[in-house]
Amino acid sequence: MKSAGGLVIGAFVLLLAIWLLWVVQTAIDIGAGPRLAEQAFAGLPATGVSNPVTAVLLSYRGYDTLLELAVLLAALLGIWSLGAASPGFQAAGAVLQGMVTLVVPLLILAGGYLLWVGGHAPGGAFQAGALLGAAGVVMRLAGDERAGLPPLAAQRWLVVAGVAVFVLVGIATMGLGAGFLAYPIGWSKWLILAIETAATVAIGTTLAAAYVGGRPWSHADVSGQS
Amino acid sequence: MTAGLLLLFDLVLVTTLVGLAIAALISPDLRRAVMLFIAFGLWLALVWARLRAPDVALAEAAIGAGLGGALMLAAARRAARRASANGGIDAEGGEA
Repeated sequence: MKSAGGLVIGAFVLLLAIWLLWVVQTAIDIGAGPRLAEQAFAGLPATGVSNPVTAVLLSYRGYDTLLELAVLLAALLGIWSLGAASPGFQAAGAVLQGMVTLVVPLLILAGGYLLWVGGHAPGGAFQAGALLGAAGVVMRLAGDERAGLPPLAAQRWLVVAGVAVFVLVGIATMGLGAGFLAYPIGWSKWLILAIETAATVAIGTTLAAAYVGGRPWSHADVSGQS
Repeated sequence: MTAGLLLLFDLVLVTTLVGLAIAALISPDLRRAVMLFIAFGLWLALVWARLRAPDVALAEAAIGAGLGGALMLAAARRAARRASANGGIDAEGGEA
């Protein structure tokens, strides 16, 4: 019974492999035909950024990025609904604490740099937010119970900041008659920068809060019971 | 000469990547599997850089290997603690 099931799965995987090889082969046979890269480069001056990846993420396909931020937010809401966060690690010793005081400001600085440089070179909100989140993880490992995050009320605002600014900008451009997330040409760069800044803060907060791994607000209740 | 060297480099990249993936999949110990997965993520970042996609390489190293790895290590630790408690009272007091 079990071997029959394994046989079926094996045959399935083999078929999938053959299909994948066929897809790759046809892609190679067709060659580099008309792709979207040229169109993406052609529209670049109007977006106000010179990094094509950032242009695609925030100008051409802003919806995708908005929904990615919403997915992150939904994931954090899921984590918060799982239960109370565990109490943090014990306070760091002198050596680790010294490293943390050195590394965390550097991570924040590097995050800001990646955010700014995303306009014209590899970088951007997700990478910068990941660095901010990493700073939170390091602080949590060094004994900070809240991973360096502000109190809950501020945390909630920070977590929704990315989606909120994104949607507000979209509604504002709609109000101007350009359509949802169709940036006016002169403002494009600054709108993208505003969205990316909010997204960076939101992603950093979300990732650090995800590492805390539970809802932060019933902590007093839990420690009061035990 | 250079092309041959690059081909060799690529072959080493790809075989190590697949090897790390298989090792992470078949590892019986959760912690070990997560560590192999982190190594896999860092190696994948190298592959992305070799494919001239520095944006993806940055994101893979920072999110895929770094934060994903940290989250999975925490999850593995929690799972191990729960397994060792084996139905006893959860040490964290966070039983949902």
